[in-house]
Amino acid sequence: MAEYTLKLRRYDPQAGDAPYYEEFQVDLEPHRSVLEAILKVKAEQDGSVGIRCSCRAAICGSCGVRINGRPGLACHTHLDKAAKTGVNADGKTILVEPMGNMPVIKDLIVDMDAVHWKKIQRVTPWLINKQPVPEREYIVPHENMVDVTQTMACIQCGACVSDCLSMEVDPLFVGPAASAKAYRFVGDPRDAEQYERLKDLAEDPHGIYDCTHCFTCIDACPKGVAPMSQIMRLRRIAGNDHHIVDRNNGERHERAFVSLIRDYGLLHEAELLPRSYGGDSWFGKFHPAAGQQLLESLPVLARGLATGKFTVKKAMLGHRIPKADLKAVKAIYEKVEGKDRRYELNLYISGYEDDDEAAPAEAVPAAVGAGDGMPSAPGPDPNRPTAASESESA
Amino acid sequence: MKVAYWPGCVSRGFTPELHGSMAAVAPLLDIELVELDRACCTGAGVIAEHSQELADTLNARTFALAQAVQGADLMMNICSTCQGAQSESQERLDANSEYRTHVNGTLAGEGLSYEKGLTNKNFLWLLVEEIGLENLKKKVKRPLTNLKVGPFYGCYIVRPTDRLGIDADRPRDHYLHWVIEALGGTVIDYAGIHKCCGFPIITMNKEASLKQAGRHLSDAQDAEADCLVVPCPLCHLNLDLQQPLASKAVGRDDLKMPVLHLPQLVGLALGLEPKQLGMSKHVVKPTSVIDWSSAVVAAPAPA
Repeated sequence: MAEYTLKLRRYDPQAGDAPYYEEFQVDLEPHRSVLEAILKVKAEQDGSVGIRCSCRAAICGSCGVRINGRPGLACHTHLDKAAKTGVNADGKTILVEPMGNMPVIKDLIVDMDAVHWKKIQRVTPWLINKQPVPEREYIVPHENMVDVTQTMACIQCGACVSDCLSMEVDPLFVGPAASAKAYRFVGDPRDAEQYERLKDLAEDPHGIYDCTHCFTCIDACPKGVAPMSQIMRLRRIAGNDHHIVDRNNGERHERAFVSLIRDYGLLHEAELLPRSYGGDSWFGKFHPAAGQQLLESLPVLARGLATGKFTVKKAMLGHRIPKADLKAVKAIYEKVEGKDRRYELNLYISGYEDDDEAAPAEAVPAAVGAGDGMPSAPGPDPNRPTAASESESA
Repeated sequence: MKVAYWPGCVSRGFTPELHGSMAAVAPLLDIELVELDRACCTGAGVIAEHSQELADTLNARTFALAQAVQGADLMMNICSTCQGAQSESQERLDANSEYRTHVNGTLAGEGLSYEKGLTNKNFLWLLVEEIGLENLKKKVKRPLTNLKVGPFYGCYIVRPTDRLGIDADRPRDHYLHWVIEALGGTVIDYAGIHKCCGFPIITMNKEASLKQAGRHLSDAQDAEADCLVVPCPLCHLNLDLQQPLASKAVGRDDLKMPVLHLPQLVGLALGLEPKQLGMSKHVVKPTSVIDWSSAVVAAPAPA
């Protein structure tokens, strides 16, 4: 047995008192869970402690909390590990707080309906059948279903939502859990509305391009769903396969970045910004949208020039790698970009080789030029309207 | 020690003081920098967002160039974002031999090939794991006594913990704390230490991006930090270059938080002058830091 100090954040909005922290001493073996410690406190010391839980086996997703500052399931975190987590860890004290980004109902219980479930509903979390619905079952490639199992592993605990750093400043952001749910259907070959789903999430100012790429949700998820990776795949399919040019500059920014590295080898910062707003060419900066942004950035540019941070010459011309190397980089672009199918390796599916002798793992090829009879996940459906065909018919 | 050195793009573009200060500090730490000037951008996650294979191939080329540097102990970078993007590519390349062979096939035209198992460390990791804190302490000529420093890590070198090899034995998400203390400074604890500076969405959602930067700057200032220190030039862009706009975004007109690059902070403690370290190139003048080093310590102690 070992003794731990459980420090709980207590708050009852109905009582009208401010939140406070209360410490309890708990005697439990180090391999027991944080949830067991909380329930022991509740049973033996203070029955008024509020915690939501059910299965105690990391299946139901009810007991999401913050443990020493990090989101996770109370039932899925061992006491010894919890006590060692965090910069200020002393190996004994375990701070348990309610999840973030959601209002507290009482103590460790947050209002999932107010935030998490609203966002899940926002992404149309059900299959919209392709027509005609087959008389018997749909026949879909095995790889496609394996591919979406990663997002199907989500148990809706809200740990990723709790610490999402974009949501912290933009509560309207659709967020990691709902984005992963969106991929579950975007990646499903039976779904009829891949394009519509992506167009909707790309055009939403609080959609897929609002993710700040901070990896917090990847670390938070107790089930390996890696929501941020799913957001990147949504962007990849939206931009590359459906050519959705969104109002948030997401696709333009990606395209400008990719072609600047092809042309310079290094990032040309002064060129990236105007192209992200105005379009991916040297003329992008003359687009009205770029002009507006340039005007707004003038004070920043002036400050940079005044401090000697950058020079006019560098801002205009950028920097490049040597010619021969630039040629090699271009050759890589031609070879990789010239393929009709993207080659993607999802380590969630393929796993990690122990050594070079191990069996080659399964790579999921993604169709780009769909309609070639190959498995098409995660790619576009030839029967779905694309941005191009839409504008043709408009 | 000799390292294959990847400086990144921004350290030679919009934050030239970073590359400059690294070059000034390296000899004092007995680091020989062999610059990978033939390598291209890591893609910063954006190329991977477009095409994983493209990003992995470009990074494999850089790794192969690093492995070709004779006598180098490892590869080093000075940018959290580079570290994150390279680690992501390396994870896939190292995990699957078939994939690695495929990528190497693309590099074959140039006669390059990446061999599994490259050691690639951010300068911060190298300081703690290769040079060692005790050794670093011995080199300090101007201890940062009474300087209150807020660490700001940048997402890409603290998450995801598995990929970056962060665990109880190698708590790389504590290293910046340790380095500040080893240099004689005081660590300021504030909410933003491991959070995102907001830079990646500056073109997509400017308001949210600046709010992130503004919040961390406000939290650090309210916690009475004299300055922040960052191992990532992209964080520096949002926290320093954009600080006037970030202040506005969070409705504060009192923000004046100097932001130092990690090699600058190390250089100051090792006795270099602020100007040598390019600290005059910052948008928010590091007045509190410079006043401290000239007024309190006056000059570096003789060696």
